[in-house]
Amino acid sequence: MNIKIAVIQFPGANCDLDAIHVLNNVINVKTDLVWHNHFKEEKYDGVILPGGFAFGDYLRAGIIAAHSPAIEEARIMLKDGRPVVGICNGFQVLTEAQFLPGALLQNDSLKFACKWVNLKVENNNTACTNKMNLGDVLAIPIAHGEGRYYTDKLKELEENNQIVFKYSTEEGELTEEANPNGSLENIAGVCNLEQNCVGLMPHPERASEEIISPKGTIHGQIFFKSMIEFIKRRLA
Amino acid sequence: MAPQEFEVEITLMNKPAAKDPVGATIQKDLLAKKGYDMISNVRSGQFLRIHLKAEDENEAKEIIEKMCNDLRIFNPVTQNLTILKVSKL
Repeated sequence: MNIKIAVIQFPGANCDLDAIHVLNNVINVKTDLVWHNHFKEEKYDGVILPGGFAFGDYLRAGIIAAHSPAIEEARIMLKDGRPVVGICNGFQVLTEAQFLPGALLQNDSLKFACKWVNLKVENNNTACTNKMNLGDVLAIPIAHGEGRYYTDKLKELEENNQIVFKYSTEEGELTEEANPNGSLENIAGVCNLEQNCVGLMPHPERASEEIISPKGTIHGQIFFKSMIEFIKRRLA
Repeated sequence: MAPQEFEVEITLMNKPAAKDPVGATIQKDLLAKKGYDMISNVRSGQFLRIHLKAEDENEAKEIIEKMCNDLRIFNPVTQNLTILKVSKL
C-alpha cells in the first residue's frame, strides 16, 4: 500500500518541516511538502496543515489561509472521507474555513504560551486518535498566542462527541491550572461529525522523538500512526 | 453618474460572551490602578478604514457588508461587525 501524505506550506508556516521530518523519517510514510497554490488533492491520501503564522496571522490567525486554493482542494478530501488534519495554526485555518466548529481566540494570559502540556483523549474514534485509548494522557507541547478555544455550540459538540482532546493534569484531571490558555472546558482539539477532520493546538510533531522530549515520551507518534491506520482502513 | 470614492470605517469586536483579555487588562491593570475606577469596562477590537468606488453611500455600505460576510472578514462565531461611518471622499 503506497500511502502518500501532503503537508501544505503557506507563506509564514514554520512547523511544516518538522511535520515532514516526522512523517518521512520517524513514521516512514512518504510525505511531500506542497506549496499552497500548487496543491492537488488527487495525489494524496491525507493532508496536514502545519503550525506557523500563515500570512502573518493578519486580520485573524488562519483567515487568509482559509481562502487559499489549497483549502478548496482539502475540501474535496474532507467530503470523501480522507483525513484532513490541522496542527496549531492549521487548526486555526480549519476553524476559519469552517471545516471545524468554533474559533481560537487570544490566550487569556495575553502571552504566547510555549510549554509541555498534558492532553486527555476524549474521543478515540477519529482519524488521529484511533490507536489511543479513551482517557489516555499524552505529553505534547504547545506554542501559541491564540489558542483559547471558544464555541457557542458546546452542548452540540459534546452530544456529537466532537471534542477530541482536553488539557489535563498528568493524572488526567481537567483542572483550571492544567488549562494553558483559558479554552472553554479545557478543549485542546476537536473533530468534524464524520471524524476525518481533526484540529488541535498542541504539536504532536514535536513530541515524536525521544531526543527532543524532556521525559523521553513519544506520544506524538501515536497521533500520526492513527492517521496512517485510518487511511489503511479506508483503503482496505 | 460616475462612481465616486468613499471611505468606510468598520470595527470587529468580540461578542459579549467571548472574553476580551486585552480590554480587561487595560481596565483592571492600568485604568483602575491609576485612579480611573469610574471606568467599569473596556472592550478592544479591530478597526479597518477602507476606500472604495461606488455609486452612492448606500451602495458603498452594501459592498462592504457583502464583502465582510462573503470573506468572513469578521468571525461570526466570536465577533460582531459594526459599520461606524460611510463618507464621501
